[in-house]
Amino acid sequence: MTSARAVSLVAKREFVTKVRTKSFLVGTAVIIAVLAGYVVLQSVLFDDQRHSVVGLSGQATQLADPLREKAKSFGIEVETRDVTTMDNAEQQVRDGSLDALVTGAPPALKMIVKGSGDEVLTTTLNDVLRQQVLVAQLAEAGITPQQVAQNLANVSVAVTALEPVDPQRGQRLAIGLIVAALLYYSLLVYGTMVAQGVVEEKSSRVVEILLATVRPWQLLLGKVIGLGAVGLLQLLVISTVGLVLSSAFDVIDVSALGGTALLIGVLWYLLGFFLYATVFAAAASLVSRQEELQSVLTPISMTIIVAFVAGINLMIGSPNGPTVTVLSLLPPFAPILMPGRMALGVAPAWQVVLAIVLALAAIAAITWLGGKVYANAVLRTGARVKLREALRT
Amino acid sequence: MPEGVLEIDGISKRYGEVVALRDMSFDVRAGELFGFVGSNGAGKTTTMRIALGVLAADSGEVRWNGRAVDLDTRRRIGYLPEERGLYPRMKVLDQLVYLAELHGMSTNEAHKSVENWIARLGLRDRRTDEVQRLSLGNQQRVQLAAALVHEPDVLVLDEPFSGLDPVAVDVMSHVLREKASSGVPVVFSSHQLDLVERLCDRVGIVSAGSMVAVGTVDELRSGGESRLVVESPTTEWTATLDGVRVIEKNGTRCVLELAEGVDDQSVLHAALAVGPVHEFSRQRPSLTELFRNVVTTEARSA
Repeated sequence: MTSARAVSLVAKREFVTKVRTKSFLVGTAVIIAVLAGYVVLQSVLFDDQRHSVVGLSGQATQLADPLREKAKSFGIEVETRDVTTMDNAEQQVRDGSLDALVTGAPPALKMIVKGSGDEVLTTTLNDVLRQQVLVAQLAEAGITPQQVAQNLANVSVAVTALEPVDPQRGQRLAIGLIVAALLYYSLLVYGTMVAQGVVEEKSSRVVEILLATVRPWQLLLGKVIGLGAVGLLQLLVISTVGLVLSSAFDVIDVSALGGTALLIGVLWYLLGFFLYATVFAAAASLVSRQEELQSVLTPISMTIIVAFVAGINLMIGSPNGPTVTVLSLLPPFAPILMPGRMALGVAPAWQVVLAIVLALAAIAAITWLGGKVYANAVLRTGARVKLREALRT
Repeated sequence: MPEGVLEIDGISKRYGEVVALRDMSFDVRAGELFGFVGSNGAGKTTTMRIALGVLAADSGEVRWNGRAVDLDTRRRIGYLPEERGLYPRMKVLDQLVYLAELHGMSTNEAHKSVENWIARLGLRDRRTDEVQRLSLGNQQRVQLAAALVHEPDVLVLDEPFSGLDPVAVDVMSHVLREKASSGVPVVFSSHQLDLVERLCDRVGIVSAGSMVAVGTVDELRSGGESRLVVESPTTEWTATLDGVRVIEKNGTRCVLELAEGVDDQSVLHAALAVGPVHEFSRQRPSLTELFRNVVTTEARSA
């Protein structure tokens, strides 16, 4: 039997067995549901922010048109309603069907809001009010208000940006964070799965039969490929659903950013998984029972968690700061941080290439070392095997 | 060229300071059922694991057909490990097909062979159950099926009879016998010595990591002391005979142990000389007694 056949047999078993489990199906469904909920929530929140309903009473009703126009120039949408009875109107503000109620006659306007009120709306209203007063006074002084308005419109400061702000920065940051979070989840979950698989074979002794027919490295590689493929499948399903939902709800400009992010995510998932899976497998081969697994996995999980938690904070604060730049180049952290920075669009090409080269080198070294530990320890049942012993032989 | 012979040749293995095997040697011939007996920790499992290449020996060699066993020949061995060696959450059918494929069968061959063995071992109703849902006896049947599905050229079974009910023991014995008569060397370890005595063509007794006695049960009996059961009024006459010892006395019936070379006919004459003899027979030691003898002797000399 060829090595390729042996590896593919093992990989096929891992893939088929795992994909058929309830936990995989339910897990994927839950993640998709959470993602969908998030996207819907986002779009609702956006809509809510952009849309305010303002009740106008008495003389204030004449402000309806200028208010709507002014608001539009600020990027929000204001719907105005004429209000006749005050008691009822206050009640509407209270229950939220009106965002604000404006009463009184200019220039002595009053605005009633439920809580703190919308700042943009207040500013807009102030501007409208001032303009009204200005127009009135200009007219009194015998100057044509339209002329003044035109002159004003032509005056503005010429701005030269030294570091132009990316208009898509918000979206990029969101995508970067999502990519980092998905990779964090996949590495942790599927790495742990590899470890559990190794211990299952060890504790059930099936590994004895397997190793009478295939070599340790074939078994290990098959397992890593099989489970890696399951993780990749889940990642693709989640991402695709996420992208479709986002574009349907108009949260993210899919065509430009989403596709690239997906490619970056897949690339780094593969690098990260091959880097971590072997470490997980080697660590798991040291113990014989599932109960002992946690103790050997903790250092590995901690590395991934630190990469994620610290990395996310640094990335939001200063994605190009020296700490996050260095961390994103180092193989243990790169699979989570570099794709995040790449999605943000702040990683120069040379850094990306360097991180990939370092990751590949680390994979080669780790696979050799981890394979050795695995081969030496996987048949030794009973007490936990010391790492030094597993490396010696 | 020793055709169809599995040779274990001078294998030694240490675990750190502990010597697990010391120059272990024996062979299992084509068509032979070989019983491998020994106390717990004597080195049976270690020997079998080394034969399967699951463990590496410090020195010595395992040969099949005169050639050192490598991964390709190893796939032709059927192995039943001491403890359960199956995926607990995998279905019987899927599991056996997977193992058959790993042993080099094509998917079609694997399915055909698995269905055949599932039927023969009475697992038809259980074929789509997860292994962990099966009774221990049925799990052992699946384990046996796992050792047999790829139609192996050699069978190495570690404690195949442990935990089996009498019916399952019969099924297992029948299958092993049949495999042996088809020309496959079969070696299995067991603590059920009466079963080994009844079933095996040859037996090897292991003690403290080396083979201390190999042969048919009759060969193991010959040589050394033999025992006689004599029923006669007195036993005083035995005192005059050299190399005869009374080891058990029960009324007029006694068990005598004869040193090597002592003629039983001279004992009979001596007995008849003093009175009537109502019973005179050779006591054939069971394998259990032989085993006890060998192991305690070894322990004393060690």
